[in-house]
Amino acid sequence: MRELTDRALDVARAKGATYADIRIVRRETQTLEMKNGVMENLSLADTYGFGVRVVADGAWGFASSSRLEKPEIDRVAALAVAIAKASAISKKADVRLGPAEVHVGAYKTPIEVDPFAVSLEDKIDYLARADKEARAVEGVRVVDGTLGFQRETKTFASSEGSFLEQTLIETGAGIVVTAVADGEMQQRSYPNSFGRHQGTAGYEFLTTWNLPAHARQMAEEAVGLLKAPQCPSKVTSLILDGPQLGLQVHESCGHPIELDRVYGTEAAFAGTSFLTPEKYRNFRYGSDLVNIVSDAVTPGGLGTYGYDDEGVPAQTTEIIKKGQFVGYLTSRETAQELRKTHPGAPERSNGAMRADGWNRMPIIRMNNVSLLPGEWTLDELIADTDDGIYMITNKSWSIDDRRLNFQFGTELAYEVKGGKLGRMLKNATYTGMTPQFWAGCDAICNKDHWHVWGTVNCGKGQPGQVAHTAHGAAPTRFRNVQVGVMKG
Amino acid sequence: MLGQNRLAEIAERVLRASKAEQTEIMVTSNDSYLTRFATNTIHQNVAESDASARVRVITDQKTGVAAGNDLSPAGLKKLVETAETTASFQEKNPDVGLLPKPQPIRPVDAYVEATAKCTPLERAKGVEKILAPARKHGLDAAGAFSTEEQELYIANSLGVAAYHKGTVASLLTVVMGKDSSGYGADASIDVSRIDPEAVGKTAIDKALASRNPTAIEPGEYTVILEEEAIADMLFFLGYMGMSALAVQEGRSFMAGKFGERVTGDKITIWDDGSDLRGLPLPFDFEGTPKEKVVLIEKGIARNVVYDTVTAAKEKGRRSTGHSLPAPNAQGPLPINLFMEPGTATKEEMLASTERGIWVTRFHYTNILHPVKTVITGMTRDGTFLIENGKITRPLKNLRFTQSILEAFANVEAVGKKLKVVKDDWNALGTTVPALKIRSFRFTGGTQ
Repeated sequence: MRELTDRALDVARAKGATYADIRIVRRETQTLEMKNGVMENLSLADTYGFGVRVVADGAWGFASSSRLEKPEIDRVAALAVAIAKASAISKKADVRLGPAEVHVGAYKTPIEVDPFAVSLEDKIDYLARADKEARAVEGVRVVDGTLGFQRETKTFASSEGSFLEQTLIETGAGIVVTAVADGEMQQRSYPNSFGRHQGTAGYEFLTTWNLPAHARQMAEEAVGLLKAPQCPSKVTSLILDGPQLGLQVHESCGHPIELDRVYGTEAAFAGTSFLTPEKYRNFRYGSDLVNIVSDAVTPGGLGTYGYDDEGVPAQTTEIIKKGQFVGYLTSRETAQELRKTHPGAPERSNGAMRADGWNRMPIIRMNNVSLLPGEWTLDELIADTDDGIYMITNKSWSIDDRRLNFQFGTELAYEVKGGKLGRMLKNATYTGMTPQFWAGCDAICNKDHWHVWGTVNCGKGQPGQVAHTAHGAAPTRFRNVQVGVMKG
Repeated sequence: MLGQNRLAEIAERVLRASKAEQTEIMVTSNDSYLTRFATNTIHQNVAESDASARVRVITDQKTGVAAGNDLSPAGLKKLVETAETTASFQEKNPDVGLLPKPQPIRPVDAYVEATAKCTPLERAKGVEKILAPARKHGLDAAGAFSTEEQELYIANSLGVAAYHKGTVASLLTVVMGKDSSGYGADASIDVSRIDPEAVGKTAIDKALASRNPTAIEPGEYTVILEEEAIADMLFFLGYMGMSALAVQEGRSFMAGKFGERVTGDKITIWDDGSDLRGLPLPFDFEGTPKEKVVLIEKGIARNVVYDTVTAAKEKGRRSTGHSLPAPNAQGPLPINLFMEPGTATKEEMLASTERGIWVTRFHYTNILHPVKTVITGMTRDGTFLIENGKITRPLKNLRFTQSILEAFANVEAVGKKLKVVKDDWNALGTTVPALKIRSFRFTGGTQ
């Protein structure tokens, strides 16, 4: 492998690159989808290629190819430099990467059971048991069960001297139950929405998140929702379960702390951020209870790795500390940009650059951005709530391009009256503005309720990139929230 | 790009190697380039060359699929073996349809040399035509200029052999002031038909006009929705309910409504993969020619789209050529949607509006209720108050929560010009006019 990476770096340098890196990536995925007891999809995919990123004439260039052959490496490395030189015609300043990042090492996801070594019979049987449980409930129309496994091996080498090898293994599972009647359709998902919950883990993940044991409950809830009353429209106390809170963190904290968004480089697609640089270490994001970290080393998190795609070691960064905004997600380049206005900001990137495969240029992505647990049990939290709504599992999400005004819908909700759970409610929604919402956070459940929820569908960038991220979260209460936006 | 002969050779090799009763091979090849800019400078500039294959085998009602981008003889052999092994672990599925038989496909000439040969420097020069005037006005421009050539080859053991080669060029920009922004975009199979200066001017004019925005109370307003917003609505309508599978599973707004009114009579929607006004694809991912399917005609629900599997479930049905790569849980989808243009210019829509809101485009739209077709999202990059037939002031962005069918029931005017709006995630486009709609529901605002 060294021979190939050296070749790419040598060609890039010879063509005029002042910095170059190459990533050689193989991604293997196995997907099993069972629908109403029938295996609808059983597929294996394997994609392999390399991408060369360079700085030449002070500007970025990137080129990639699926043909890992010496002449193609030469062509692609030269093309990356030519592209960089074309980019330079509009540059305002040279790219600055800060101190060199020189690391030689390896990382592999710690797992107990290799999911690619488990037989397909076992996997199909697992889905079939969950499917059977769900379809035993009268009124269920569709049961979708999914298992997903991914193994990504990547080699990174840079002109600064880094050489890194990583193997990241992911396992995911989920079941979605759909009930339909009289123009109404309701769904329940376990353990999370978006088809499945996923982590960096081996096949043991499927024992932890036991689909067959929870499928019947999902089915009963989906059918029950068909006749449930509409979520009322009012301002009230809102309790979010862990998966929904995870997405709330993702949308209203994770994205606005991406420093590339802050500097406008995602403006044309994903948008910008309300957390502009003058707010750095100088802005109250939420109540004193709110502590959020970016952590690429959380065991099992879907955003856990050894090194990012600039070769920077995985690490933990404080983002919100006792409600105060204290940190961004950075790249090598944006870390230098921040120091222009905040000389005390860290000189080095905190390792948040990732690319969606060999054919994409790395951009700043969330890893495991998590709300740290508090002190409450869920029972205590509900008992302490006189009037409110408890919302469970995301169904719909939308937030403005600066990440301020949001609206979420959940699959399931319950009234909370006099400290007790009341009626089941359908089509629950809530809306708010990010800092006001987090200012209303007054109770967070403890570590026994805290899990790292995987998000497999985070879209960003042009050309589009999908990242796997995660969010540690426990049920949490917010005061004075507008709920019930959708008409009945 | 590998070319038709090489793709056919790959397909032949796979079909020969397979021991399955039926075999399907899909090969794609693409060279794509994208120049991305922000804060008035190019910050990403990328090139990609890829080719991959997807093999589906069916034996004894069992299906297996394998995909990969190792197209060497050994790689293809492994792909076939993987698909066969995968199939052997399956239970019999009585719903596994047979693969389609060959049908004549009318080729669509959607390949333009100028797009295929566009260089990084040409794209950079096009971008500079946006950046220079943006700088002059003290504004920041961001966006992307992409050019792509792609090939698709579908073959199966029953004799299907379908080949399409096409190009797509796309330019979009968001131009921002301190408290304002504007949007401009164009897409075409022919890069020379995209005018970067005009795209930039549209965005710059809006960015200048939307300075010092003020808030407005949420509520129901008459709106003029420009084409990007309508394309968003049409995409979600197709996704939620215009698939035969959604109807068969009872989760479509079309279920039980065929022949009945579902929108106002000004709305006619169809899907057509051969119309060069859009971004065409003449056959689906099973190699079946795409039929023009009228989905809603003057407000009446008419048809949904079918693939081979969903067609086999209904007597007398045939695939309309709308399969996605099979198998998939989503079922068939209309991916070349059109809305019939009307007679109004945007200026006429504006002049006829006593009080309303002009919306340039939506942001982060998402589904709240698929059967009721309720979506939510934000306005973005140019939202204006209309009073007495004129734009009187810019507005801060608003959140809407609205049923699409209800909105389409309240259409007062349909734009006379069609615009193709390229999807952010693929080379497909939705071709639509602007609409004037009464009683559109805004449920919140932002700063």
